[in-house]
Amino acid sequence: MFVPSVTNPIGDFVRNLVPQVTAYLPVAFQSETLDSVVAFLINAVICIIAVCAVNIGSAPILIYMERKVCAHVQCRLGPMRLGWHGTIQTIADVLKMLFKEVYAPSGADKLMFYTAPMIVLIAPFMVCALIPFSKDLVVADVSMGIPLIIAVNGFGVLGILLGGWSSNNKYSLLGALRSGAQIISYEISFAMILLFVVMISGSTNLMDITMSQQGTVFDWWIFKIPVLGFIAFILFFISSTAEMNRAPFDIAEAEQELTGGYHTEYNGTPFAMFYLAEYIALVTNSALATTCFLGGFHAPCIGIAAVDNVLNMVPGLVWFFGKVFFMIWCYMMVRWTFVRPRVDQLMDFEWKFLLPVNLVLLTAGAAWIAISG
Amino acid sequence: MQESSSFIPYIKRYLKRCITGPWSLLCGLSVTFKYFIDPRRIVTEQYPENRKTLKMHPRYRGRLEMIEDADGNNHCTACGMCERACPNASINVLSTKNIAGKKVLGRYVYHFASCTQCGLCVEACPFGAIRMNQDFEVATTDPNTLEMILNKKEGQG
Repeated sequence: MFVPSVTNPIGDFVRNLVPQVTAYLPVAFQSETLDSVVAFLINAVICIIAVCAVNIGSAPILIYMERKVCAHVQCRLGPMRLGWHGTIQTIADVLKMLFKEVYAPSGADKLMFYTAPMIVLIAPFMVCALIPFSKDLVVADVSMGIPLIIAVNGFGVLGILLGGWSSNNKYSLLGALRSGAQIISYEISFAMILLFVVMISGSTNLMDITMSQQGTVFDWWIFKIPVLGFIAFILFFISSTAEMNRAPFDIAEAEQELTGGYHTEYNGTPFAMFYLAEYIALVTNSALATTCFLGGFHAPCIGIAAVDNVLNMVPGLVWFFGKVFFMIWCYMMVRWTFVRPRVDQLMDFEWKFLLPVNLVLLTAGAAWIAISG
Repeated sequence: MQESSSFIPYIKRYLKRCITGPWSLLCGLSVTFKYFIDPRRIVTEQYPENRKTLKMHPRYRGRLEMIEDADGNNHCTACGMCERACPNASINVLSTKNIAGKKVLGRYVYHFASCTQCGLCVEACPFGAIRMNQDFEVATTDPNTLEMILNKKEGQG
């Protein structure tokens, strides 16, 4: 029998439903293999739609949120005119972006120029498929989750490099090369922090990592190991900010130096796709931080039975997205507070500070495991 | 020995910066967090919507106007200090003579089109006869309205 990977109530419902429907078909079409293949395909389509809905649906919310957070940090109000407190403004902007004419500059490599934004989008979509949103809600519950995420996350830089290279523009090329250097550097500490989480939780499966944090708030990996967990969380925060090319580490699109960085020559829909990729990466990195350090979909129980029962009544999906949006808010506050370092300072920070600290942290984590048994 | 004496202060400075650096970042974050949670800090105005209640700052320099009492009398003596102080010749003080033969203000002509609202005329006036008012919606479709005579009555001298 054809075994699909999705094992949750929705998948089971589809697998039960398909044989009942095919029973009405001619006998020639009735076979167990065909049923399971059809059920698998339907489940796959549902998964794709779900991932797309989460990713593309969150982008307008995040753009609105970013504008509001940015505005309030800068003593402004942000968009206020269209809809209640400017809620429709984002949709208007997206529509404007989609209806713009798309053209490539002369001398650009057209094929690569138009492929690059799609490649950039692949990485966050694939990471999103691995994240456990709730106890039953995970698209691909693979056993090698963390290594796959590390492998796939570096894929985004390929799109950025392609886009910058094929634009036939010196600013784009400089931005792309900076981005490549930056992501290759910070990928190391990003991977090492995830390795730390793998080491202390004893599994590379994201579901297992989440389940290992079951219990109260103090069982989350950020608090469970004294001091080390918090340091690891801060380091993850820094390296994932650099991974996403977000300020203060947005040297790839440093406006003052490179006009627009790697997407200088893009407009209309391809530009919107770069923009979208940036925001989806924000969601997936926040989700990763939530899964690895903030207890995933577990409620923030505090050990008092009466309170915990109330907190546990709220579905895990709500807790998960609550934590994700808290993380996103943290990323946004950091973005609108800090100044951008120079390129050499950025590289110094990674190779001379973050990497040694990571190595020390890994050793200390191993020592903690050895001591605590 | 030479090397170690320069090495230890370097390490000390490095470790000190490991503490002070994150602390300064936290200070910055606390400032932006205060701005984020406190709506009273917002300084921008929702202009066309709050047109009725909008109050301009007292320091704002709008159109030039003459300070007049309830009867419409002003303090201008037609000395012409404002005319001389004006960097772009927006003011013409046209004096006249009253019955006693004394020089008084006839017409105070003000070319708003060329005025930059610098306020030098107000500073130059020795009698405190003019001020900048709070008008900011001064756009017009008729350029003739930008040539105005500010005084209602002749000066008293």
